[in-house]
Amino acid sequence: MELNKLTAHELRGLLDKGDISSIDISNSILGAVEKKDKALNAIVHFDREKVIERSKASKGLPIFIKDNICVKDEMTTCCSKILNGFKPPYDATVIKKLLKEDFILMGKTNMDEFAFGSSTESSCYGPTKNPWDMERIPGGSSGGSAACVAADEAIFALGSDTGGSIRQPAALCGVVGLKPTYGRVSRYGLIAFASSLDQIGTLTKDVEDAALLLKVISGHDSMDSTSAPVSVPDHSLKIKDDIKGLKIGIPQEYFGQGLDSDVKNCVLKAIEKIGQLGAKCEKVNLPHTEYAVAVYYIIATAEASSNLARFDGVQYGLRAKDAKAIIDMYKKTRAQGFGDEAKRRIILGTFALSSGYYDAYYLRALKVRTLIKKDFDDAFRKFDAIVTPTSPTPAFKIGERTQDPLTMYLSDIFTISANLAGIPGVSVPCGFTKENLPVGLQILGRPFDEETILKIAYNYEQATEWHKKRPDL
Amino acid sequence: MAITKDTVKYAANLARIELSEKELEHFTGQLDRVLEYVHKLEGLNVEKLAPTSHVMDIKNVYRDDIVKESLPASEAIKNAPAKEGDLFKVQKIIEA
Repeated sequence: MELNKLTAHELRGLLDKGDISSIDISNSILGAVEKKDKALNAIVHFDREKVIERSKASKGLPIFIKDNICVKDEMTTCCSKILNGFKPPYDATVIKKLLKEDFILMGKTNMDEFAFGSSTESSCYGPTKNPWDMERIPGGSSGGSAACVAADEAIFALGSDTGGSIRQPAALCGVVGLKPTYGRVSRYGLIAFASSLDQIGTLTKDVEDAALLLKVISGHDSMDSTSAPVSVPDHSLKIKDDIKGLKIGIPQEYFGQGLDSDVKNCVLKAIEKIGQLGAKCEKVNLPHTEYAVAVYYIIATAEASSNLARFDGVQYGLRAKDAKAIIDMYKKTRAQGFGDEAKRRIILGTFALSSGYYDAYYLRALKVRTLIKKDFDDAFRKFDAIVTPTSPTPAFKIGERTQDPLTMYLSDIFTISANLAGIPGVSVPCGFTKENLPVGLQILGRPFDEETILKIAYNYEQATEWHKKRPDL
Repeated sequence: MAITKDTVKYAANLARIELSEKELEHFTGQLDRVLEYVHKLEGLNVEKLAPTSHVMDIKNVYRDDIVKESLPASEAIKNAPAKEGDLFKVQKIIEA
């Protein structure tokens, strides 16, 4: 039996029966990583001996972690040269929670530098490939986490989602990606990109695993003032209930210009299936959808420019060697340490916050954010969930959009609004294009109602075979 | 033009990022296109709207001021590119 190909809930059953031990699972994963990852480049920090040692001492499941989540004394670099060699002196809260439940930390996954991207091409370790077509990108920024799960190099992985960075790569790699409600999961130890948008979430092979992992990482944390003081329900108990009578909104703005025709067909068929399962699907309008990308790229870059001020060559990571005075050292360190996309975003964010431009850009974006949030508030008065495509296109070719930031930014057009509104979203596989590239269905829900979206996702998934398809590597 | 080379240069200086002439040229063109796109927000009347900087209904989060154990300085400074004792070491700040 190839254990690396199983889900966490299947493996948990085998472990509990005593049929296998944790080291068997890890060996199977190690085999897959060694065989496939040279070509795939999904994993950036990995220590075989340490993994074996940990697995022998554990009765738990192995998990990979996105490289922007702090693990004590392990390389945590956000795939940026500026954090070269950084080993955090503490564990992120999600890591503490995983270790408490005996999970085995396998290593760190590739990502766009500081999560700035939709393709994992801006990583200082080079791009991750899409396991379905090695000439294409896996999506991003959690492209490494999505690709390693899709390629059965992992059972599951953690990612982070600021504008779609879990859901979009999940869709493009054919796995399940869950972005919980803002505040559901503590971000203590997540290296900040945009603090009003960032959320840690999961990349898994099926919906049951997403529910299982969400339960482990959720909960209020006094170390994160934005973590919500709400209880942690056990969603895995409820997701198998049927979806009869649930009201689902289909936003018309998500099916217009720019939507790939194969993607559209897959999503429309999925909506039909959800209807057959007993939910009532009706049209809804989210009238400010077209403004989401513009709002996002002002707010996210403004927050990023502030968050990334800490990378100045003083406390950690890279320091430029050839500088004389301190300002010169800051400037040279940041010039050498940040990649192009990080520089662009920091400069754009600084500009949007600067005197004379603040009202026209930043303040205006915050006000339009109010309208986008209100669209969802209104829709959720009538509907229990909203269903859309996750990404307007399937995976694109490596290099296709790197020279054109605006086109790259528009890759996130369907996922960004959920972050602006703070609501949960999940992407589940819903078919393939004619070129055999995976397509994802996005289900959005009310704040703190992960249960409903996971229930819809589970019922749909179990009524189809898409989640069982794996790339031929 | 939504943004000029001088403005990009100005913002890069505020952000403490040194740019080469080539980068400046390149980024100005790219950021100009992004900002042109952002200008679609001007079509909306936002006068009476309150800004949303944060979606959660929490304002200030208070806790009792209790001294707890923190990271020892030697641990906190472990990643410093240059240090002296338990201190971060940097270039001279005040010019003669």
